Amino acid sequence: MTAVVQVENISKRFRLYHERHRSVKDRIIHPGGGTYTDLQALDDVSFSIDAGQTVGILGRNGSGKSTLLKCICGVLKPNEGQILVRGTLAGLLELGAGFQPELSGRDNVYLSGSMLGFSRKDVDRLFDSIVEFSELEGFVDTQVKFYSSGMYVRLAFAVAVNVDPDVLVVDEVLAVGDERFQAKCMDRIRQFQLEGRTIMLVSHNADQVRSLCDRAIVLDHGRMIADGPSGDSVRIFREALSADSRSVDAEAPVNVSISIESVTTSTGRFAAHTNEAFGFEVALTSNESFDGFFVMELHTHDGTLVTRTDPTTAPVSLSPGHQRLAVSLPALPLLDGDYELSVGLLSGFGHSVAAWREQVATLEVSYDGRASGLVPLAPRVNLA
Amino acid sequence: MSDSPPPARRPVEDRPVRIVSARPSIGLRFKEIWESRELLSYFVITDIKIKYKASALGILWSMFAPAATLAIYWVVFGKILPNSVPNFALFLFAGLLIWNFFFGVIITSTSVVVDRAGIVKKVAFPREILALSTVGTSFVYFLIQCGVMVIFMLALWHPPAWGMLWLLPLSIFALAVFAGSLGILLSAINVYLRDTRHLIEVALQLWFFLTPIVYSFEHQISKKLHHVAVGNDHILNLTWLYFLNPVTPIVMTFQRVIYAQPTVRATSVPHVPYSVLPTWPTSTYLLLNLGVLAAGLVLFAIAITVFGRLEGNFAEEL
Ligand SMILES: Nc1ncnc2c1ncn2[C@@H]1O[C@H](COP(=O)(O)OP(=O)(O)OP(=O)(O)O)[C@@H](O)[C@H]1O
Ligand SMILES: [Mg+2]
Repeated sequence: MTAVVQVENISKRFRLYHERHRSVKDRIIHPGGGTYTDLQALDDVSFSIDAGQTVGILGRNGSGKSTLLKCICGVLKPNEGQILVRGTLAGLLELGAGFQPELSGRDNVYLSGSMLGFSRKDVDRLFDSIVEFSELEGFVDTQVKFYSSGMYVRLAFAVAVNVDPDVLVVDEVLAVGDERFQAKCMDRIRQFQLEGRTIMLVSHNADQVRSLCDRAIVLDHGRMIADGPSGDSVRIFREALSADSRSVDAEAPVNVSISIESVTTSTGRFAAHTNEAFGFEVALTSNESFDGFFVMELHTHDGTLVTRTDPTTAPVSLSPGHQRLAVSLPALPLLDGDYELSVGLLSGFGHSVAAWREQVATLEVSYDGRASGLVPLAPRVNLA
Repeated sequence: MSDSPPPARRPVEDRPVRIVSARPSIGLRFKEIWESRELLSYFVITDIKIKYKASALGILWSMFAPAATLAIYWVVFGKILPNSVPNFALFLFAGLLIWNFFFGVIITSTSVVVDRAGIVKKVAFPREILALSTVGTSFVYFLIQCGVMVIFMLALWHPPAWGMLWLLPLSIFALAVFAGSLGILLSAINVYLRDTRHLIEVALQLWFFLTPIVYSFEHQISKKLHHVAVGNDHILNLTWLYFLNPVTPIVMTFQRVIYAQPTVRATSVPHVPYSVLPTWPTSTYLLLNLGVLAAGLVLFAIAITVFGRLEGNFAEEL
């Protein structure tokens, strides 16, 4: 396999000035220069992405995701290390592709194409498919400054995916498009995957990362804390989040620390039958009494979220110490297959995670009927 | 999932590799600038388009400021302070043509990176292109003014010095290299020191009067520079100092070719003949122009180096 993006020991520091002297006048008045602290936005990050991989980047706000993508696109220069990119790269960095607001959509398409290294003739050839994809036929001659933010992203995305890039880099821009356009973008991304293109995307939607990417990288305070199959990385990311929310979230009980030790069944196996009851036990230790909610998730192997239960239907109160929760599902409306089980506890109003275990067990569901898919439905048919 | 076709292998082995690193070598930078020449032309075209769209009379409007300047200087330095140069307007025009070009490049390139922050923060391309694009834009306006000049000369039936006409492309090229290099340098500095533009405006005012545009070097300055008295009996020739200004040889070449008459008869009453322009041979003009070109090329190398050091932080400073 050929590495398409090779990131070698990248570090990036930002200088945060407490008092900025941005003019000659200020420099003369304050010859000492401003005071500043250095912020390590990326700290010795290295990885290599092979042709055809789809890689998700996860991390909290300010963890350096956008900075990393900007370095890969070449908009920012790292302080140390180097990045090799093979082939053409089309990037959508935080809100748009850098259009000139005073120019029309048409001119901006040509300008963007040119910045990606395409000649006028190449863009002539691509122009119609770009406009068609963006569905902005009526607006191509309108100045981009009169576009809505969704229209802006549409055009930017249309350019990026129609210029035949070897690498596509997307920084959580898709959230701005309407639902149908998002679906269209996802389709195009999947098509890119089938065509063997390399894709890197930042998303705060861990489920999306799990279902779309075969690999994910987790950044935390500029350091890479995980790089592996997206399921594993999502688990590490979620656990880091839950470890963190205890100290950060004002809503969360400050001192409570809960650890989920194990998830077991009475038989020792996670096997169930379609439409039959299923139960398991969660062993955990809490250092304080805690009132919150229980939540569980099931994912298929390819990362599709099958269910995330409604926490408000499952309130829990814990007393300090070791204890077990018995969880029972009266009927399991799932067809045969393997499902990854994740469990957690939410605190307060159910918004912050107090404890989380990602993919603690694989649930094997067996089914004797003939229906196929995820859920059994039994249509009754009568002559109407 | 089993029925989807196996992923196609997209061959990437022989695709070009781009390297992002803290300090790209100067050779790489030149190469990238050269490869972005089409982008350069786009910036020029869109720049003109934006200006053209922004005002109803478009390109014609862009000629208003130069025309007004010409008229003002003609009244002030030709009528109120009479200077006995025949066809003074044409003499003035020849110099202003060059000055407008130089001024346009320097003033717009100084703020060009800040003005285009939107794309500098989002897309990777050699940022030097931005400053160079102002050279292109100013050159287009220069060509339009040249057109007006030709009409003007036809109206006055004033022929240029045909034999020296070939000097003009060299001249404007030398000035473009110099101005572009200075522009690259200033565009980077302005990102860090945002009032550079104001300082440059002041500096350009002084620079204007250090260049023989509204006065004649040969007639009004030359002798004074030849005999600068220092102390009691030290006489220095400071002409060389005056010629350190690289705009001067270019302005004088244009005046020599367009105005074409080094020696004229004064318009005021004793119609004595005198020299408005130096009576140098063509080779002297050529050498001066080559000198400016050489200076421009050296400055270009310096500008690219300095720019490369400052450029790494553009996206975060904007
Ligand atoms: N231009 C800049 N100047 C100074 N600091 C910056 C700059 N850009 C980013 N930073 C800092 O670098 C850190 C990483 O920022 P970055 O934008 O990469 O985060 P992120 O992971 O993309 O966050 P988000 O999820 O909010 O998009 C942040 O702490 C931010 O304050
Ligand atoms: Mg970001």
